[in-house]
Amino acid sequence: SPVLADGYGLGRPALPEEIAAWDIDVRPGGQGLPEGRGDVFTGEEVFADYCASCHGDFAEGVDNWPVLAGGFDTLGDKDPVKTVGSYWPHLSTVWDYVNRSMPFGSAQTLEADEVYAIVAYILYSNDLVDDEFELSHENFAEFEMYNADGFIVDDRAETEYPQWRVAPCMQDCKESVEITMRASVLDVTPDQGEDEAAM
Amino acid sequence: MRAPSRRAFLRGSAAAVAGTVAGAAAAQQPDPLITEVQTWASATGEGVDATPYGLPIEFEKDVVRRNVPWLTADPISSINFTPIHALDGTITPQGCAFERHHSGAIELRKEDYRLMINGLVDTPLVFTYADLERFPRENHVYFCECAANTGMEWAGAQLNGVQFTHGMIHNMEYSGVPLRTLLEEAGLEAAGDLADKWIYVEGADASSNGRSIPMEKALDDVLVAFKANGEALRMEHGYPVRLVVPGWEGNMWVKWLRRIEVLDGPVESREETSKYTDVLEDGTARKWTWVMDAKSVITSPSPQAPITHGPGALVITGLAWSGHGRITRVDVSKDGGITWETARLGTTQGDSKALTRFYLDTEWAGEEWLLQARAMDDTGYVQPTKAQLRAMRGENSIYHNNCIQTWHVKANGEAENVEVS
Repeated sequence: SPVLADGYGLGRPALPEEIAAWDIDVRPGGQGLPEGRGDVFTGEEVFADYCASCHGDFAEGVDNWPVLAGGFDTLGDKDPVKTVGSYWPHLSTVWDYVNRSMPFGSAQTLEADEVYAIVAYILYSNDLVDDEFELSHENFAEFEMYNADGFIVDDRAETEYPQWRVAPCMQDCKESVEITMRASVLDVTPDQGEDEAAM
Repeated sequence: MRAPSRRAFLRGSAAAVAGTVAGAAAAQQPDPLITEVQTWASATGEGVDATPYGLPIEFEKDVVRRNVPWLTADPISSINFTPIHALDGTITPQGCAFERHHSGAIELRKEDYRLMINGLVDTPLVFTYADLERFPRENHVYFCECAANTGMEWAGAQLNGVQFTHGMIHNMEYSGVPLRTLLEEAGLEAAGDLADKWIYVEGADASSNGRSIPMEKALDDVLVAFKANGEALRMEHGYPVRLVVPGWEGNMWVKWLRRIEVLDGPVESREETSKYTDVLEDGTARKWTWVMDAKSVITSPSPQAPITHGPGALVITGLAWSGHGRITRVDVSKDGGITWETARLGTTQGDSKALTRFYLDTEWAGEEWLLQARAMDDTGYVQPTKAQLRAMRGENSIYHNNCIQTWHVKANGEAENVEVS
């Protein structure tokens, strides 16, 4: 391989075909999307074939598998339901993740048009589009997710660190202490056998 | 040789039990483990050819990873826990160091390994494993803590054991190449101003685990590692190559690392939008909460490590760590936080962004305790209580729970995971 200026001369240039095979990430503006399209109707069929056994016919989730639809306006509740519709900020992430890592156990087997169709169906399952909707590389960037504005950049440096970077109390720090909750009440810790300490 | 008789063995056991109860009391009769020649002092042990690569002795069979089946839908995308209740010092044995996979632990031969650097670089490059071993190498000890460590405890005391509440962590000595070296090999002239640039890193497994990292961190202390605790990475820890991201949440320590892309913005991948974002009480969520704040926990006594030796001398020990730098002090309370005394830091403490061992050499008279530890780091940050964290974030953040843990030590020496007022 050629010796590169100011380097160690290790490695070799990556070929365009190699970069194309591995660099498949899609970014919020749609950069990285391949050409293609898929509608809700097609997506329903593809989803039934490849996805519904875990995620349910309507993306509602089976057993403990992830729920992909619903949960709108629950993020401030005691038990938020975080789905593609209620929580995910970018449509690009849906496309990228389905294309790259789904179906679970046989990832990277979907055609681009199938991914467009599945994503269109997930949007439909979330009532974010009607059943006539077709998603394509052309209209992709126009779509705004429900929770697009729901995220703030880590603000611990402003909100938390100043108040916790103070000399701590060492004596008489509070008047009394009561036990308010015990793990043994829930009793959900796995059994570790008789040879370990009783719990 | 003369084997010890069963009667003598039983007598010996009884004496041992009596010794436990009586503490430092004088032996009433000679100990047959001393007065009778034992098998191991007479016959031979195993030859040097018996065990080319050894496992712990059978009596330590409880010092293993454990998982909690109800936590996840499937053991392939799941977590297990390091048995920190039974370990000492700071280095985690690789064989029982926790695992977290999103599509299982994959088998990737060095011969099949490729690392690509592409994007805004002067020359996109492909490295083989052999190439990586020819770059100048560094060694560093760092903790890797899952962002979700202690996450099940946000809403209350739930799992009764420090392995489960705090065991999504390991601490190893890594050997590898600074990421900066590899990026400079590809050339960063094409990237222009590096201040607003990012890298995107992904693994070779089906989940990919892609994450975006700001260029400043990438050029600072991130390591492309291929050895841990002296030997090759274990399969489940990313063999043959993983990313080491000191002080930052474990999810970013991409295993089976296959590609590094230089970008002018973050990818906002699934692992930094749907996951590893922290919902606050009002329903908004923090993103890019990369640093793991200062944290500590008492590993013994704890629910899995009760006091069995009766009253008298007792070693309280535990671990402290901070993603911001070094641990400077750990305080211990026996009364649920009313009074505190400062513990002794182990001699190997002091590595930045690494586990630190602490000890409080003390006496236990058989009274009930509410044991707590509180870490401080060299930025002056003091580990908060769970009440302080909840007041700031609510109970649904899932990640980054670095609260002070309380163990209720009872008169019989058992300990329980509790919350206190």
